[in-house]
Amino acid sequence: MASFTKASADTVLWNAGADAHDNISARTYGFWLYLLSDALIIAAIFATYAVLNNPMNAAGGPLGSQFLSASKGLLQTFIVLGSVLCYSLATVALKRGSKVGVSLGMIGAILLAVVFLGIGLGDLAALSAAGNGFARSGYLSCFFTLIVTHALHMGFGILWMLVMLVQVGVFGFTENVVARLLNLRMFWQFQASVWVVVYIYVYLFGGAH
Amino acid sequence: MQVAVEGPWSPLLGRLTLDAIPYTNPILIFTFVIAATAGLVAVGSVLYFRKVGYIWREWLCSVDHKRIGVMYMILGLVMLFRGFIDGVMMRTQQAIAIGPNSPGYLGAAHGYLPPYHFDQIYSAHGTLMLIFAATPLLTGLGNIIVPLQIGARDMAFPYLNAVSLWLTVSGALLCMISLFVGEFSNATWVGLMPFSELPSNPGVGVDYWMWALQVSSIGTTFNAINIIATIVKMRAPGMGWFRVPVFTWVMMATSIIGLTAFPVLTAALCMLGLDRYVGTHFFTAGMGGNYMLYINLFWTWGHPEVYFLVLPAFGLISEIVATFSSKSLFGYPTMIAASMGIAGVGWVVWAHHFFTMGMGPDLIGFFSAATMIVGIPTGVKAFNWLFTMFRGRIVFTTPMLWAITAILLLLLGGITGMMLSASVVDYTVHDSVFVVAHFHCMVLVIGAGIFAAVTYWWPKLFGFKLNETLGQWFFWTFVAGSLLVFIPMFQAGLDGETRRLDYLFDTSLRPLMLLEVAGIGVYFISVFFFLAMVVVSLVKREPAGQDAWGTGRSLEWLTHTPVPFYNFAVTPQVHALDEMSWRKANGLEKTQPSTYVPIHMPSSTSLPFIIGMLSFVCTFSLVWRIWWLAGASLLAAILLVIIRSFDKNEGYVLSAENIAEMERKLHTVSLVAEQSKVLPVGGHAEAH
Repeated sequence: MASFTKASADTVLWNAGADAHDNISARTYGFWLYLLSDALIIAAIFATYAVLNNPMNAAGGPLGSQFLSASKGLLQTFIVLGSVLCYSLATVALKRGSKVGVSLGMIGAILLAVVFLGIGLGDLAALSAAGNGFARSGYLSCFFTLIVTHALHMGFGILWMLVMLVQVGVFGFTENVVARLLNLRMFWQFQASVWVVVYIYVYLFGGAH
Repeated sequence: MQVAVEGPWSPLLGRLTLDAIPYTNPILIFTFVIAATAGLVAVGSVLYFRKVGYIWREWLCSVDHKRIGVMYMILGLVMLFRGFIDGVMMRTQQAIAIGPNSPGYLGAAHGYLPPYHFDQIYSAHGTLMLIFAATPLLTGLGNIIVPLQIGARDMAFPYLNAVSLWLTVSGALLCMISLFVGEFSNATWVGLMPFSELPSNPGVGVDYWMWALQVSSIGTTFNAINIIATIVKMRAPGMGWFRVPVFTWVMMATSIIGLTAFPVLTAALCMLGLDRYVGTHFFTAGMGGNYMLYINLFWTWGHPEVYFLVLPAFGLISEIVATFSSKSLFGYPTMIAASMGIAGVGWVVWAHHFFTMGMGPDLIGFFSAATMIVGIPTGVKAFNWLFTMFRGRIVFTTPMLWAITAILLLLLGGITGMMLSASVVDYTVHDSVFVVAHFHCMVLVIGAGIFAAVTYWWPKLFGFKLNETLGQWFFWTFVAGSLLVFIPMFQAGLDGETRRLDYLFDTSLRPLMLLEVAGIGVYFISVFFFLAMVVVSLVKREPAGQDAWGTGRSLEWLTHTPVPFYNFAVTPQVHALDEMSWRKANGLEKTQPSTYVPIHMPSSTSLPFIIGMLSFVCTFSLVWRIWWLAGASLLAAILLVIIRSFDKNEGYVLSAENIAEMERKLHTVSLVAEQSKVLPVGGHAEAH
């Protein structure tokens, strides 16, 4: 028990001021942890993609190298990054406390995301129409799952932004709203990072086959 | 989109027809009568004592981490009992069916269970014991103890905590309802591929298993996030990282595993679900599927999951051994390093679950060596416990007996585990009951740790101790039963008894099998003693003081017994690793705060419960392919979350006068308790 320092008369036993935890910091930290677990779901799908990106697993159907267009993917990448830029401008407006700025930034982010989803899901629809749907082969199952998982994240983010547009208008920048806006920023950048990895790993590496 | 399934399907009820109710199976009818009676008694007594409002407001809607923890533990105990009955059925079947040509009863070829039913029983046994018994029991303990040990008011996210609980409950409900509506998976608790795919398994059993696992593992991931955020953000002032109690540390390690490993299971089960529901080809036997991929993904989660379960048990043992040796834990920093080491190495050993599936000598060599490395941090822990006890003033209370037994079982399970890590041995005994005996010794470490913890922390939570005499009877019968069941099983495994077979093919193994059945009989007696212990203690209610065992070391023993809902009237300032011991050494353990400040508390909410029930409805309708109901309940859950985000209720504030009043009452109660305190066996003394 060598670590025992003796208590003295001025030892503080109870700390009444300790209750004031920083709520926003705890919430952003918790959300960051959630993103970590979400990243592992994505990682598992990428691992699956790595295993199934193989002529044997295409079962006579096409591999990505035969139908993916790196330039179209680049366009999509710029759209996603533009959407993140819009949201970042919204965060700058949040610092200024401008409701209009935050709302405009989010509307811009939503519009670009919808354009992105239109292109991406259109591609998947065209692929299915050509007889190469998700049920065609193990490879295509994983390709569709990867793209749709990212699209679902985007869709969820759009829904979240729509809710936040209302909340910014109704509540203004309360602690709850600010915490949600900051978490949403992390989420939006997270889905963009996922897309960038998809682009590099599937579109660029896949195209090199 | 929808894949064609066998049998009728209607838009309104999906695959659900009257034939799904197994009213022709006498065993299930008997089970139903028992379950229905128990349910009626439970509901009836709530109604009779007019406690509906109390149960609803104070428990089902509670966001208090202690109440949520207790509900987790009740769920775990109920499921533990059901899993135990599954185990009983498996062993009695094998004891009756000696040889394939032995007589059959109740329509079975041999024994009394047809193979298809037997397969469902062992699949349910594994799923229930790991996912719905051990996990909720440990999550519950973590929920109860961690905030108390770090001097926090609650978890970082109390509302999310309740959501986690009700998601886990909805998974457990799914398992229970599979008994009486439809069937459970017959493809083992790991889900064999491609056997779990639709062509070879067209029923709803695999769907039940898949969704139960899926929904509860989402709850577990949320809980891991909550525990990590709580430990990182909510520690009392003065509690630096090297003053964090060891149980809280292992909960940190285990939650890191939970946070990172469970998403892999989520992904793997999603892929299986896509295969079964929309006809993708991830793990199918043709069309470019790869079923080894599933096995790798599953065990990438599955092995860390094993350490996710055993690490909290190690933490529980550490706390209890230190308390009842009246010494600080030996090698505290190495204990933390070992926990983190086990959590880390747990990620690179998954392939040792399928050495025999043709991975080649280089990979086998790697995974074999990595598995052996696990023995090093585990050995560190075992020696730390021994050195903690060395020259300590050991008091053999029930929790201490459990903790010491856990160490012995760890030795037994650990050494056989090291044997299995050598791939040559593994090739010989793969899928024999030797492996089963090995991992049951390990889960018994978890079980012993849990029983130790329940006895140890019970007085803190409820204000009275569990009966010591009956507790020791429970302990001895349980341990005797365990040894009788699992020691012969090692021998039977070495003699070639395979697991998951519904009869004993080598009739000369019958004596070993009879020993195991005798052990199960002793287990039954131990269940009786457990129930007797709880009932007698509830009736007697011998009040326990603030520091119920007299040698408590960490912060939870500083507050009142039973713990008030706000945990600490004023947040304590931490000065040492074992803060309570430090205060006792300085004669400060009875010092109460002189002034109070208002406390902000979260409000109760019914939403987590409703979300849990909606997720049950959603998954149940997905099992039966009732699309409209699944969609509606999912939509309702999403809408509820959105509506809740518009709720401005941000909890309530307890005023300083209010707290002072409650504290005065609690103080009087604990003074009375101190005076009538019953000494533990052998008396208690602090060795300083």
